Amino acid sequence: MKMILSGNEAVARGFYEAGGKFASAYPGTPSTEVLENIAKYEGVIAQWAPNEKVAVEVAVGASLGGARALAAMKHVGLNVAADPLFSLSYMGVNGGMVILTADDPGMHSSQNEQDNRWYARAAKIPLLEPSDSQEARDLTIQAFEISESFDTPVLLRTTTRISHSKSVVTVGERLDVPLKPYRKELLKNVLLPSTGRLRHPFVENRLKKLRAFSTVSGLNWVDWGDRSLGIVTSGVAYQYAREVFPHASYLKLSLTYPLPEKLIRDFAERVGKLVVIEELDDFLELHIRALGVTVTGKEKIPAIGELNPDVVSRALLNREGASAELQGEPLPARPPVLCPGCSHRGVFWALKKLRATVTGDIGCYTLAALPPLESMDSCLNMGASVGMAEGMVKVNPEKFQKRVVGIIGDSTFIHSGITPLIDMVYNKGITTVIILDNRITAMTGHQENPASGVTLRGEPTHRLDLQKLCEAVGIPRVRKIDPYSLKEMTEVIREEMRTEEPSVLIAEAPCVLHERSQLGPVYYVDQEKCVACDLCYKIGCPAITPGPDGKKPVIDPLLCIGCDQCAQVCQLGAILPQENGK
Amino acid sequence: MDTKNVIFSGVGGQGILLASDVLADVALRANWDVKKSEVHGMSQRGGSVISQVRFGEKIYSPLIARHQADVIVAFEKLESLRYLDYLKPDGLVILNDYEIVPESIQYEKIPYPHDARSICLQKTHRVIVENFTKMAVQLGNVKVLNITMLGTLSNALPIPEEIWLESIKARVPARFLELNLKAFQQGKTIHPEEAVEV
Repeated sequence: MKMILSGNEAVARGFYEAGGKFASAYPGTPSTEVLENIAKYEGVIAQWAPNEKVAVEVAVGASLGGARALAAMKHVGLNVAADPLFSLSYMGVNGGMVILTADDPGMHSSQNEQDNRWYARAAKIPLLEPSDSQEARDLTIQAFEISESFDTPVLLRTTTRISHSKSVVTVGERLDVPLKPYRKELLKNVLLPSTGRLRHPFVENRLKKLRAFSTVSGLNWVDWGDRSLGIVTSGVAYQYAREVFPHASYLKLSLTYPLPEKLIRDFAERVGKLVVIEELDDFLELHIRALGVTVTGKEKIPAIGELNPDVVSRALLNREGASAELQGEPLPARPPVLCPGCSHRGVFWALKKLRATVTGDIGCYTLAALPPLESMDSCLNMGASVGMAEGMVKVNPEKFQKRVVGIIGDSTFIHSGITPLIDMVYNKGITTVIILDNRITAMTGHQENPASGVTLRGEPTHRLDLQKLCEAVGIPRVRKIDPYSLKEMTEVIREEMRTEEPSVLIAEAPCVLHERSQLGPVYYVDQEKCVACDLCYKIGCPAITPGPDGKKPVIDPLLCIGCDQCAQVCQLGAILPQENGK
Repeated sequence: MDTKNVIFSGVGGQGILLASDVLADVALRANWDVKKSEVHGMSQRGGSVISQVRFGEKIYSPLIARHQADVIVAFEKLESLRYLDYLKPDGLVILNDYEIVPESIQYEKIPYPHDARSICLQKTHRVIVENFTKMAVQLGNVKVLNITMLGTLSNALPIPEEIWLESIKARVPARFLELNLKAFQQGKTIHPEEAVEV
């Protein structure tokens, strides 16, 4: 049967057809839909983990217990899961184990552009890279076979254009894969110095076998065309290369670590010019150069940003590409913004008013770093807000103790914010942390988390009590604040910033986009009272735009959800609820 | 048939992804190879959205190269211009005569291009301008905006009407089907031949 599937849907399909039984993930663009789609199949266990490390560990347990298991994450998520990854390479698997990493060249929704193919080399495990949805399905199935044949976890690497592009997939039936028997094996499953030393030779030997397999597996293949140009490529870059060089000879790689050395040498000998076309780092190129083969690669192909047919042709054909946008007048940008009525808006407005130095974190609320709110000073990685706030205060308490605030969402806090909070209490740090608790992982598209009290499958479960948790780690002052009461909230934050003890404020309000909330009547601007002071623009609500005179604001009644924040900001009482409501 | 390349552009929440899903499905039902590309994530928060659909004998790249788009289906005036450089010299623009002014004009001081049509006409002589949002509202629900625009798009692509209808039936909830079919027919009353000639 033929279907149109995204890369993520195709990986889910491959997992299902391969007889996969257990899958776990922490949401992260562009990987999120893998687990969401696995959850749609019968006969599988699919569950959100609080972070990627836990997702991998629980999946390792499932593999140890005999099942085919998968853990999915975005590229930076694998940094969090790197600890189990490297040792799992030594332990190997019982049921097949696949780790999906979805990289984000171009940083559509990420804070860096790291190339996770290096992880395969560093952890000495096989790496598969699909170049469309059909291959995403096929390679997921093959990944489980390789995992079990070679006793290794397999890294399956997609990129945004594979994960989120859709293409035609021929699908099959689900394999019936019974649980493998469990055996207690000290020398394999208990990694100690003594056993680890015995496992390391196994890992090196496995790599040798995989290298030979890489040439004969059929996963890496040659398509002969015009032999004056030979192109080595993998992933979505293969598709771009095909558009630009339809007649060249291709060495198309799907198993990209370890590389098929014999195949590469043979191919190189039979073509005139050899070019490596790959996105991001010189991963293939470096390995090919190490074989003593001369190639053209990153001196022409950019290592920064996404490739596409235009970039490839500009790089290799010296064709002058058109600029990114139409020549002529520049166009207004339309970056993503906090939604109308978002509860985060008021908190950042208050922090701006208090002139706080804000260590931020990863979530929708990171948008508050941009104009007009501009109330975030740092954003590094999941959970970093808490530790960074503590560190700043530690080195210069006179300057920072009453000024620094760490700010973090509920899901991010559960992911990686709890241990730095313990650190702060343990090491007698004094700072204020605000948890923006909207009870959902909003930015990636509203995935459930332990603070939601609901599982991936929509079943009710224990709801993590953030207040009790903060009290339990030893925070003496834990208070809830209402992010829609701007004045009261500002006063509470001011008070906590001044106290000589660590404090946590929990701003509790559901995500308005998720709940499709209408919080109150729609508001309007009384054009006679308004003096165009611009204060209401500064909260950055997309529903507020300049009216016909280009100065005085109007409120779009289709966008306004009646949160009242703009009315609280207006000093002249010119923003009023419509009496007939909505 | 040469490969057909269609760009859908607009603002998060306008139903662009469903529109491109329908086109991809229609192309598959017509037995073409098809690829579609878009980006999820932060774009959902009111940002620019682009979705690209390519179909033909054999499709490699999911992304359309510059000067290769046959049609741009623009759900919003400003967003009709953002990818205009991707249009073929004689390509078609189906322009929803509707403005969603972005917050950024408050602090970037770049004016909103109210006369998007003229800018499109500098690039191609084939521009259809119509307030599809109004059309959808008059039909009873602004959400069918995407299907009205697909109705107009269907006149510009070599795929029989019954395949479009099959696909819409397969994708739209039963209780909204009648409204969506009406929206498609309403959009279909607008023809590319009626595009402005300069």
